Amino acid sequence: MVRETTAASKAFDVILIAILGVIALSCIFPLWYTLMVSLSEKSAAAAGIVRAWPIGFNLVSYQQIMRDGQFFHSFWVSIERVILGASLSFIVTVLMAYPLSKETKDLRSRNVLMWILVFTMLFNGGLIPLYQTVKAYGLIDNIWVLVLSGGLPMFNVILVINFFRGLPKELEEAALVDGAGPWYTLFMLFIPLSVPVLATITLFTIVGHWNEFFSGLVFMTKPDHYPLQTYIRQMVIQIDPSQMNTDAESLKRLSEISNQTLNAAKIFIAMLPILVIYPFLQRFFIHGITLGSVKE
Amino acid sequence: MKFKGLAFHYYLMLLPGYIWLVMFSIVPLFGILIAFEDYQPVLGVLHSDWVGLENFRYMFMLNDSKVIFFNTVFIAVMKIIANLIVPVAFALMLHELRLAVFKRWVQTLVYLPHFLSWVILSGIIIDVLSYTGPINNILSSFGVEPTLFMGKPTLFPFLVVGSDVWKEFGFNTIIYLAALTSINPSLYEAAALDGANRWQRLKNVTLPGISPTIFLLLILSLGNVLNAGFDQVFNLYNPLVYSSGDIVDTWVYREGLLKLQYGLATAVGLLKSVVGFILITCSYYLANRFTNYRIF
Repeated sequence: MVRETTAASKAFDVILIAILGVIALSCIFPLWYTLMVSLSEKSAAAAGIVRAWPIGFNLVSYQQIMRDGQFFHSFWVSIERVILGASLSFIVTVLMAYPLSKETKDLRSRNVLMWILVFTMLFNGGLIPLYQTVKAYGLIDNIWVLVLSGGLPMFNVILVINFFRGLPKELEEAALVDGAGPWYTLFMLFIPLSVPVLATITLFTIVGHWNEFFSGLVFMTKPDHYPLQTYIRQMVIQIDPSQMNTDAESLKRLSEISNQTLNAAKIFIAMLPILVIYPFLQRFFIHGITLGSVKE
Repeated sequence: MKFKGLAFHYYLMLLPGYIWLVMFSIVPLFGILIAFEDYQPVLGVLHSDWVGLENFRYMFMLNDSKVIFFNTVFIAVMKIIANLIVPVAFALMLHELRLAVFKRWVQTLVYLPHFLSWVILSGIIIDVLSYTGPINNILSSFGVEPTLFMGKPTLFPFLVVGSDVWKEFGFNTIIYLAALTSINPSLYEAAALDGANRWQRLKNVTLPGISPTIFLLLILSLGNVLNAGFDQVFNLYNPLVYSSGDIVDTWVYREGLLKLQYGLATAVGLLKSVVGFILITCSYYLANRFTNYRIF
């Protein structure tokens, strides 16, 4: 880089740092503000006087969550779903990408199979047919619907195919000549060589499953089965008192809904797992994205 | 070199993936037939009465359909434009920044919102923009009357676009930053020797260096003209802003699943899928033609 020392250039640098600092703060402040509201007194939050620090610091809302059985229920559903979903899609993605990365002479129907894959990635029947299909399978209110209904992560398969194709062919031939079978070659050679790209797609799958709320809302009829994001949505965002009855249970929920500090605490806990894995995620994803997505 | 008997293992590896594909992508495609039926869930897809194109005719008669179509395209096009300009501008600013440590900090903070769900972020955004939230607080200290941002139909589409840009600009920057690092540094040296100042170097070296990437991403984004972002709008909107915020996907959910108009909602969804499919296919074709981009 060429260095410049003129006064104009230095002033430019200062302005640049100021602008970028403000932009970066704008990305983090709303999250910080939520944490501060969750730590503040109810009345201060309701009056809207909380800014960058908590007013009347207390942990009441977090103690309240500790007693909220439904919250933990949903938290557990989300964890279960992330574990099942991420491992299943890892296995299936790798198993699919390996044969499809071969040439047509090794796998004759490769082009047809590839075409089916791309077509289903770009075209789908929409919400109602999916709902009717899932219902016909009898999967409503089943944890597996959360894992399976999003379909195969087709874009990940294509990413891994591209990566596998970039590996040197001689390597695989040498393994096969030495008597290794295709399964051994895949698990002992290809997978270890693809750690960056596999780590990236796995982390994205984990984040995707953790963040998904809609299948929980559509396919689960009992709040007991809601994953965390669906539960949060129902508690925090959907404020529609007209739809509520006046029985005790609904009134209790209504008073909870207006409880800003409790809602803020729920939102904060729901994003905590992402904040915890984010440092690991960040190390991988920039590398992983540039590897697979845009090629010159 | 050709190895015998590998194909069998390849097909075995493909089996789980294609079973998943058939069950959750291809079988639901038959549900498209619902669009041509007076669908009764009790009778099922095969035994409901056929009505031909009646659902489509009804759809074009509805006043709703013009509104939701306009909203969808309006929001999506604004998103495409804003999501192109802001990340490029941000990447250029980061590129000009000379403090490496500060740069890393800024990057870490601006990528973060991408990984949080719209459920979480909507909860936060609704709170921040609420009547007693910090934005109204700041505005009122300048003497502006507090406004209910989330209840103003004229404002809502812009809030949707703005919050989407806020969530994604950091992440979208990654690709431009990768393109920027691949510009040959000697071009800058040569330009500096010729007496070009920072602005001239930006205009004549940096911008031409990343313009192929900008062009490619623009073409690819054209396939999304009908995708205004279901998760986001669904979590942010409320009945007050249906008139300007309702998009095809949210409408299908409300009319189809909540009001049980299966045939009509499937027809609307199908039309969106078909048009979307054509748009995406065209944009991929153009990307391949002009920039040699291939997905596999």
